[in-house]
Amino acid sequence: MSILVIAEHDNNEIKGATLNAVAAAQAIGSDVDILIAGANCSAAADAAAKIAGINKVVVADNAAYEFMLAENVAPLVAELAANYGHILVPATTNGKNVIPRVGALLDVQPISDISAVISEDTFQRPVYAGNIVATVQSSDSIKVMTVRTTAFDPVAAEGGSATIEAAGGVHDAGISEFKGEEVAKSDRPELTAADVIVSGGRGMQNGENFELLYKVADKLGAAVGASRAAVDAGFVPNEMQVGQTGKIVAPDLYIAVGISGAIQHLAGMKDSKVIVAINKDEDAPIFQVADYGLVADLFKALPELDEAL
Amino acid sequence: MKILVAVKRVADYNVKVRAKSDNTGPDLANVKMAINPFCEIAVEEAVRLKEKGVATEIIVVSIGPQAAQEQVRTALALGADRGILITTDTDLESLAVAKCLKAVCDNESPDIVLLGKQAIDGDNNHTGQMLGALTGWAQATFASELTIDGDSATVIREVDAGLQTIQIKLPAIVTADLRLNEPRYASLPNIMKAKKKTIDSTTPADLGVDVAPRTTLLKAEPPAERKAGIKVEDVAQLVDKLKNEAKVIS
Repeated sequence: MSILVIAEHDNNEIKGATLNAVAAAQAIGSDVDILIAGANCSAAADAAAKIAGINKVVVADNAAYEFMLAENVAPLVAELAANYGHILVPATTNGKNVIPRVGALLDVQPISDISAVISEDTFQRPVYAGNIVATVQSSDSIKVMTVRTTAFDPVAAEGGSATIEAAGGVHDAGISEFKGEEVAKSDRPELTAADVIVSGGRGMQNGENFELLYKVADKLGAAVGASRAAVDAGFVPNEMQVGQTGKIVAPDLYIAVGISGAIQHLAGMKDSKVIVAINKDEDAPIFQVADYGLVADLFKALPELDEAL
Repeated sequence: MKILVAVKRVADYNVKVRAKSDNTGPDLANVKMAINPFCEIAVEEAVRLKEKGVATEIIVVSIGPQAAQEQVRTALALGADRGILITTDTDLESLAVAKCLKAVCDNESPDIVLLGKQAIDGDNNHTGQMLGALTGWAQATFASELTIDGDSATVIREVDAGLQTIQIKLPAIVTADLRLNEPRYASLPNIMKAKKKTIDSTTPADLGVDVAPRTTLLKAEPPAERKAGIKVEDVAQLVDKLKNEAKVIS
């Protein structure tokens, strides 16, 4: 049976997370299709056709699918599901919003956040904030899953030559409507795609002090993240939160500044290759996972770091 | 307007749950249990809607062991009016949970169902969306602001790119994210009052729900442990290590 990957895209470009989900799909089997559900999304479909190792790009181009509203997209995916043994989506907020609705429509039990493929019906996934790795076997005829993107190296975005085919009916439930979006503009890399991340926590004390982190981040070409405490306190917006229920990241270098290291934060970053912690409390739990710990006042250390880089 | 709130009994968020030594599942012996934090936010939102005069009745429902009655009582102490406890001795999958909640929706006809976006034990993030599919109702997941306006609701959602605003028709499902509100503490008089509130008990079988599992947990293992590294003396040594030892900056 073929495998369907639901692409994360903005109608023009394919988001990087899609490439990680394709990698997970290819660990299951070689016959992989991609679904582009969107509106005026032919550019995204063309881009998807170039992804390495894709058989077919299935396009559902309709105004009803423009904003990935789950009420409309889930019935579409459920309709297409008859041709597939597995349906995968990256564990983005879009993916997490849509896939369980697909699962319930198909009467199957979805599997969240797979971090390894053991066989075509058996997968690993983190539970309990990543403190346990569960190996689960599914007996459903269709496996419906989200993919933890940090666990799979992305496939190449170029090199493929898939066919493009329109498919699926129009499912417009008419019960939900997109009204608007407040998106922060930033020249820094996206958190989930960055090689280096500098994150701040409650110790930053206020939003203005994040400037100190931005300076260091810009020297390193890094993205800037935050702990829940910093977001709750209003220092920075929600999309910067790294953690169990925020963004899951695994960069080459993660620098945690003024972050104590709650279980929930560690769950979002402990797979980073190298972890640096800067904290004035030498007993902070973050030091237990840090490769390099610096016990120091961040207001002294950050300008010094900025200077040294 | 009637609001149904679902709450789950989970290990307290401060507890670092570990796998049992025989790798058959999580070791929950003597672990402190509590309302899932996201469910608590959902309860608080329902109570605020009632305080604003938008909601007239709040029903809290939980699915779990008999002991989950504690979490229903906690929600009653926070301001819910009555409770429903669906008892089961096995850990139900989210599909079965959604089917139980669908049966409760059929009986109670709520205008809004509020849930947490995710339970911190299984970390699934499923139930609200699945209930949406089973009822055919609209869903607003990851809610950070909820405004009811007649027969529709406007919801601001926490998404990867920032904040998204959608409008949904009622009845609808709303799942709470962290910034929706800050839950209150139950006052002692309210805890006493909650003891007199009704909790109806039922079972999945009574509700006509087949809860046969679709997945099997083959193994529950600890993740690869990270070892603590070294402490550096100062920023200069840190930069030197990152450049020359870890080779992660140039």
